[in-house]
Parts: sequence; structure tokens; C-alpha cells
Amino acid sequence: MGKYDFPDAQGHFGQFGGIYMAETLIPAVDELRRQYLHFRDDPDFKAEFAYELKHYVGRPSPVYHAKRLSEHFGGAQIYLKREDLNHTGAHKINNAIGQALLAKRMGKKRVIAETGAGMHGVATATVAARFGMECVVYMGAEDVQRQAPNVFRMKLLGATVVPVESGSKTLKDACNEAIRDWVTNCESTFYIFGTAAGPHPYPMMVRDFQCVIGNEAKVQMPEMIGRQPDVIIACVGGGSNAIGMFYPYIEEENVQLIGVEAGGHGLATGQHAAPLTANAKVGVLHGNKVYLMQDENGQIIETHSISAGLDYPGVGPEHCLLKDIHRAQYVAINDDEAIDGFDALCRFEGIIPALESSHALAHAIKIAPTMGKDKAILVNLSGRGDKDMNTVARIKGITL
Amino acid sequence: MSRIKAVFEQLKQQQRKALIPFITAGDPNPQQTVPMMHALVQGGANMIELGVPFSDPMADGPTIQRASERALKHKIGLRDVLSMVAEFRKTNTNTPVVLMGYGNPVEAMGWAQFAQRCAEVGVDGVLTVDFPPEESSEAFEHLAQYNIDPIFLLAPTSAPERVDAVVAAARGFIYYVSLRGVTGAANLDLADVADKVAAIRGKTLLPVGVGFGVRDAATAKAVASIADAVVVGSRMVQEVENSNEQNVAANLAKLTQELRAAIDSN
Repeated sequence: MGKYDFPDAQGHFGQFGGIYMAETLIPAVDELRRQYLHFRDDPDFKAEFAYELKHYVGRPSPVYHAKRLSEHFGGAQIYLKREDLNHTGAHKINNAIGQALLAKRMGKKRVIAETGAGMHGVATATVAARFGMECVVYMGAEDVQRQAPNVFRMKLLGATVVPVESGSKTLKDACNEAIRDWVTNCESTFYIFGTAAGPHPYPMMVRDFQCVIGNEAKVQMPEMIGRQPDVIIACVGGGSNAIGMFYPYIEEENVQLIGVEAGGHGLATGQHAAPLTANAKVGVLHGNKVYLMQDENGQIIETHSISAGLDYPGVGPEHCLLKDIHRAQYVAINDDEAIDGFDALCRFEGIIPALESSHALAHAIKIAPTMGKDKAILVNLSGRGDKDMNTVARIKGITL
Repeated sequence: MSRIKAVFEQLKQQQRKALIPFITAGDPNPQQTVPMMHALVQGGANMIELGVPFSDPMADGPTIQRASERALKHKIGLRDVLSMVAEFRKTNTNTPVVLMGYGNPVEAMGWAQFAQRCAEVGVDGVLTVDFPPEESSEAFEHLAQYNIDPIFLLAPTSAPERVDAVVAAARGFIYYVSLRGVTGAANLDLADVADKVAAIRGKTLLPVGVGFGVRDAATAKAVASIADAVVVGSRMVQEVENSNEQNVAANLAKLTQELRAAIDSN
């Protein structure tokens, strides 16, 4: 494989990405791009970002050898990149800090965000409190129901949580509503977008802020096992934790990269959130061209996943490209398999994973037995599962 | 000559301004759309903007979003909308029809087939709000092949160099969004709109229409005094929402007449 250099100056990852926005927001997106390109190489900005990641987020996050889990399933050794140990409990804070620092430099006093599982909303509310900004979080009304603890956390942090009643009442509708807010208030407001999707520069910028995950792992794995892992696995909704892990490894061709999408009730049922695995058609939503779950009329279809953070009909443009150039492979894990992955990590390692991350774990325990004991799988444990207690209890038929 | 150009030239000779109402195809139901289009013309519309329903109308406010949702309950897709235009053209061959919506339904059909169908059924212009000129080169090629006008928005936030790029790509007319925000949002600032419209006129010979925020006869009249065309969207859709199947066409005709009279009183 030759030099990998994406996106281009207009934000294209091959045919994907770009800037598909109404004219009212083009100036805001242009301004964001200019400011980001300026500050990302600014020594003060980089130093402050590194400081916050170390002292506020608690980085570097460790890599943990899940020995009992590996022994139980046999085969490859499973290692976990512990993003669940970050402040606020997920990888989302890496990006939220980065964008908040940019917002501060751009003089924006108000930040908005969309959220699915609530982790990005909590991360945004957290950094807004940390930097003294007003914060409004848009969240699908259905997600407000299934992620009640995170709604309360955001409110404790001083954010206003706006339940979105339109459409499927999930992440995509929260995005629509946040975009509407931004159109109306773009001069005062910075939109802290949570995933590596949306109009340029978001997919690039979110990737860059999340790359700390892969960059750390690239140092930590040789320290632990004397080499890089054979396989890296991460869950993919919009795909920010996965791209943060994958990107530094793209030119390490001996490392296999696997993104795990939400298979929901199974790809055959149509009730899933796996556009890459299900070979969805290319389409345009939320400012970028990506593989997109849609009907024959180009209407976006409602997705299903047990995990609110993966319940999204599109996927970031860079994952679309990585699929097309065969640098990463994408698979789907169904709801019930994800629960099995969740249970396994709880029982064998004393770690309660997020349902999103449980998809990646489930795929790891599926393929580990097919690999030799000398092989190493690194799973990005993108978040912790405290927020999912109600959901898991309900699935198990338990009333809390 | 295209229908859009003919209408603006004729109005210019008469020293009148264009009234361009917007309705969403399939709202409140698919059977009503063509009669409603005729009612708009009877009321004095010079051109019709026909909304193509989309599941995720990010640039629209709640009123037009609800219209999309009502239309989608009837499973109205782009093919149905094109058929409605064909039906409308059976008895009206001179009122321009501009399709307005989002890019994905067109992407799903394919721009080549879409442009060909537009020409077959008599669509005159296409406005896909989330496809700026930079991302539209494939679209241009296909639309140009059939002389369909690509219509673009300009906003209060558009910088001067951005205005240059947009007017270079646009055909038919320029649609100036008179306020920051989604469709149907707050009141507009007329002096600011007048300045911006004058600035756009300095850069193009295309007519300039103003929309987003025209909510009654008084605003329509005021906007008509500074622009070549007045686009009325949310207010029309509100009328649809407040009507029943029996009176919706008549109510739209009446509202259009009121707006027409206000515009012509300048």
C-alpha cells in the first residue's frame, strides 16, 4: 500500500466525506476549518491539549491483558485498551477536550452537542463546565428514556438536555436538531460534534483528537509483548473510537483492523445499524457522503441496536474509504452476541463494559479461538457500562 | 427560453414581482398536490416550489418538517413527485416548477436519470439545499444537459467571495435566505436584506428571490419592494396544516391572492 494521505483539502476521503451543508452553515464550517488548521499545529494548543489529556482525562489509558478471558475462550491473547478508565468513562472526552479548546480560542461562549448513548453529551457537558461555557445537548427522546443516568449526569454538570421528538427519536434526529441550532446561532456557538463524521473538517478533526488512543497503543503494545498486535478490534457507530485506534496503524500493514458494527436483531431482519457490513448504498446525510442505510427513495431508515451509541444509519467517511481499499474489515455483532461479550468481561475480568464496546469484545471472543495462543488481539474498550445498567437489567428481565 | 427566464422577463416588462409559494408534495395527501398547485396559480403564483419530502430535513423548521412527515406517511418518493409534475403539466405548460429538497433522494435515483425525468415531466429548476456548488459538479453536468436550472441559496453569513462562487454556478434565479436559522424562523431585518440583495445584484444579472421568514402580506409587500421574487414557504404549509381535504385548495388560493395583492400594491 502506498502513502495514505486523506482527506484532501476539501475533506474528501476518496468519494466519501466532503461538505454537504446548507449555504447558511457553509461560512461556519469554513471558519472552523481555517481555525482548526491554524491551531492544530500551534505549540500552545498542542501543549494545552496534552496537559488536559494527562491531568484531567487521566491519560495515558492502560493496556490490560485480559488473561482469564483469553484462557476461557482459548486461542489468541486478548488485550484491552482501557478508554473506559478515562474521566467521564469513555473515549468521547478526548475529542470533547480538543474541540472545547478550539472553541475557547475562537471566542465561542456556548457549545452544543448531539448525543446517542449520552457519553458524548456527558463529555461535552463536562468540558463546558471545565471551561465555563454554556452547554445545550440534543438527545433523541427514546435515548433520553434508555439512558436516564447520563441525562441526570449532564444536568448535574449544568447542561440543558433537549429531548428530540422528531423522526426516530434517536441519534440521527439529535444531529438534525443540533444542526438547526447551529444554523440559527453559528456566530455565538461552537458545535462539538461527537463522531468522526459530518462536514469537513469534523471527520479529520475528530480523528486527530482521538488518535491519542492508537498512538498510545503503538507504544504500549511493544512494551507489553515486544511487538504490535496481530488484530485490532473496535466498535463502529459513527466510528470515532475506531478511527482513533486504527489511524496510527493504517500503514502498519501486518496489523489487521476490524471494525464491529451493530447487527441489532440480525442483518437479515433489516433491524440493525450496520451500513458497512450490510453493503448499504452511498448517500448524503449530516454534511457528508458515506455508506448510508436508506430505502429505495433515498429516505433514511430507522436503525436498531441495543446500544444507543451505535444506533446510527451512517458511518464516518474514513471508514467507508478503509472498507473500499480493503485496509480495514467490517463485521456485525448482533444484540444477543453483544450481551454475551458484556457478560464475559464482567465475569472473567471484573470490568463492566459499555454495550457499544461489548460489540468489539464479542467479536474478539468469536475469533480468538480460531487463532494461535501466540497471537494478540487488541480490543478498544471504548467505554464503561455503568450507563447501561437499566438496559441490561431490562434485557435480563430484572426490575431495578 | 426556459420557463423561469420567461416568467421573470414578462414580470419585468409589467414592473411586477414574482410570487413563489412552496408546498410539500404529498402533504396532506398525494391526491391533493396537483389541485393545490393549480390553486396556487389561480391565486396569482408565478412559479411553484414543490418540496420533495425527506426523512431528515435539517435546514427546515418544525412546520416544513411536519409537512415532510405527513407526506412520508403516504410513502411519497421522488418518483411520485415527478409524476405529480407530469400531471400538473397536462393543463399548465407555462408556470415554472422548481423542486426543492435534499440531495439524498436524488443521489438514490442517480442524477442522470433524475435530470432526464425532470426534462420529461417539465421540471424547470432544482434546489438541493445540502448540495453546495462545490459538491455539485456531477449534478450540474446532468442538469445542464437538459436545461434544468440549478438554483442555489445565499445567506446573510455568505462572504463576498462565496457570493461570487455561488452566482457563477447558479441559473434561473438566486434564492436569498433572509435570516439566520431554519425555515419559518423569526422576523427578518428588512434593511439588512435590502443591503445584501443589492450586493448580490451587483454581481449577477440573475433575478434575486427572498425567502425564509415571509410570514404575512405585509412582509411579502416589503420584501417585494427590494427583491425580484418573494418566496413563501412555512406560511403556505401552515395553511395546509390548518385546512381539511375539502377546503385546502381554496384556502391556498385565497392566501396566495392576499399575498399577490400585497405584492402588487407596491
